[in-house]
Amino acid sequence: MSAATITATGGTGTAVPSPSLARLTGVELRKMTDTRASRWLLGIVLLAGVGMILVQMFSGDAADRNLSEFFGIAQMGAGLLLPIVGILAITGEWSQRTALATFTLEPRRGHVVAAKLAAGVALVVVTVAATLALAAVANLAAPAVTDAAGEWTLGADEPARAVLYQLTGYLVGAAFGLALLNTPLAIVAFFALPTVWSIVGGVVSSLQDVAAWLDLEATTTPIIDGSLDGEAWAQLAASMGVWCLLPLLVGVARVVRTELT
Amino acid sequence: MITVEHLTKRYGAVTAVDDVSFRCEPGTVTGFLGPNGAGKSTTMRMICGLSPVSSGSATVHGVAYGDLPNPGRQVGVLLDASAQHAGRTGREVLSVAAQLMGIGSRRVDETLERVGLAGAPAKRRVKNYSLGMRQRLGIAHALLGDPTVLILDEPANGLDPEGIHWMRGVLRDFADRGGTVMLSSHLLREVEAVADHLVVIGSGRIVADGPKDELLRSAGLVVRALEPDLLEKALVGAGIDARFAPDGTCTADAEAETVGRVAAGAGIVLLELRPADSGGLEEMFLRLTSAPTEQEVAA
Repeated sequence: MSAATITATGGTGTAVPSPSLARLTGVELRKMTDTRASRWLLGIVLLAGVGMILVQMFSGDAADRNLSEFFGIAQMGAGLLLPIVGILAITGEWSQRTALATFTLEPRRGHVVAAKLAAGVALVVVTVAATLALAAVANLAAPAVTDAAGEWTLGADEPARAVLYQLTGYLVGAAFGLALLNTPLAIVAFFALPTVWSIVGGVVSSLQDVAAWLDLEATTTPIIDGSLDGEAWAQLAASMGVWCLLPLLVGVARVVRTELT
Repeated sequence: MITVEHLTKRYGAVTAVDDVSFRCEPGTVTGFLGPNGAGKSTTMRMICGLSPVSSGSATVHGVAYGDLPNPGRQVGVLLDASAQHAGRTGREVLSVAAQLMGIGSRRVDETLERVGLAGAPAKRRVKNYSLGMRQRLGIAHALLGDPTVLILDEPANGLDPEGIHWMRGVLRDFADRGGTVMLSSHLLREVEAVADHLVVIGSGRIVADGPKDELLRSAGLVVRALEPDLLEKALVGAGIDARFAPDGTCTADAEAETVGRVAAGAGIVLLELRPADSGGLEEMFLRLTSAPTEQEVAA
């Protein structure tokens, strides 16, 4: 019962440093990919990309059947579901009640949230790389099954813009997840709120100008189109401020204080 | 070591934990006892920084839990065995925790071995685990970081008798090697076999706190006589507080020698004279933990 016996048990003592953000990010990445459900979801994200590539392959002009177009359209498909990956990365901790263990092992809750966002960046980069590979396969196969230009030119900015596009979706999803901490609620809110906003903006004429600035779908499309000019950047920033930064701040404040049961 | 000082938790007008203070010392197993809803889990969640405190403080090794760097390496916590991802395998649950704490996979295998989940059970998903297996996994999760302190909320829940026996062995061994163990239960019998120290909580307040042996002694004596009526008269005459059950068995708050002398003096034949043990402690437990409610009714 003396100090001597205590040190005999504690193999580690107090000198063990806190886990670094890099290690926490690695843990969060692992948690996003280590269950059947999560692997299915990521598979479906890519499948949505494949679906959009096929649509591109068998519709429209032959001139538009090239690597750049396949790659661009695949982003639209993957981008539909990547926000759900962001939502689940957060709300999964609550629906599966793993937040209890997570925050017991790392009480600095803000670090855990930061790691989840950083893990999202990594996941987005991998997803974009995968869609690029899929687009390349499609471009190889296209001339064999249909009329296709089959050009291989791809601007250096295109993958970067794809990453930015997918990142907006992931981050908005994660922000909704943080603010609501409830999977069905966050998913419904994510899909319903911007749509409701577009409808309201369309009906109420005085809101039309504002709507253009805050309609996420409208403000993120230029990223993929490559038509990001000064105003488009400003509109993107404004819409991300409302749909991402705001719920993110609310959510982080909530997570840091919330009682875990 | 765990130190809890004037810990209080209020939810609106309800005080769930009311000015609770106690210590869990190295080398001992402290049983944290109380009926359901007495504030046990809330207290433990506050110690682990999962629930904000209204006032007071709780520290582990003199440091607030939230300020411990890499707490899993110092404190093993099991608050709810069901709070694990249903889709992960047992091994994966531990591997994720090990990665976070920065320990190797060998330790994961060792710990799985130690809790009896090595081999096929480790590869099964948690949703296919029985409650007993979840508890074993939870205990493995707590032991994984080789901590010096264990905080376990109702760890015996769902364990079969063999499992309970095993767990007692693990906790006893942990404490005997200098570790600090705090385990809660609403069942006295679960705790008394392994605890050295008991902290009893009822309606958010500490109602008893002391070494188990002392509390057992204070639970009184069981006395049985050939003629209970005569014994009652003699004990009352000697000013000894005694309660008689319908079958004539008496619980007396006195030393064995005192009761023996009273009986001898009155020429009463005693059939039984022994410490009340767990039966008496159980009675005390029920009496202590229900007392505040009675007071509330009276008030």
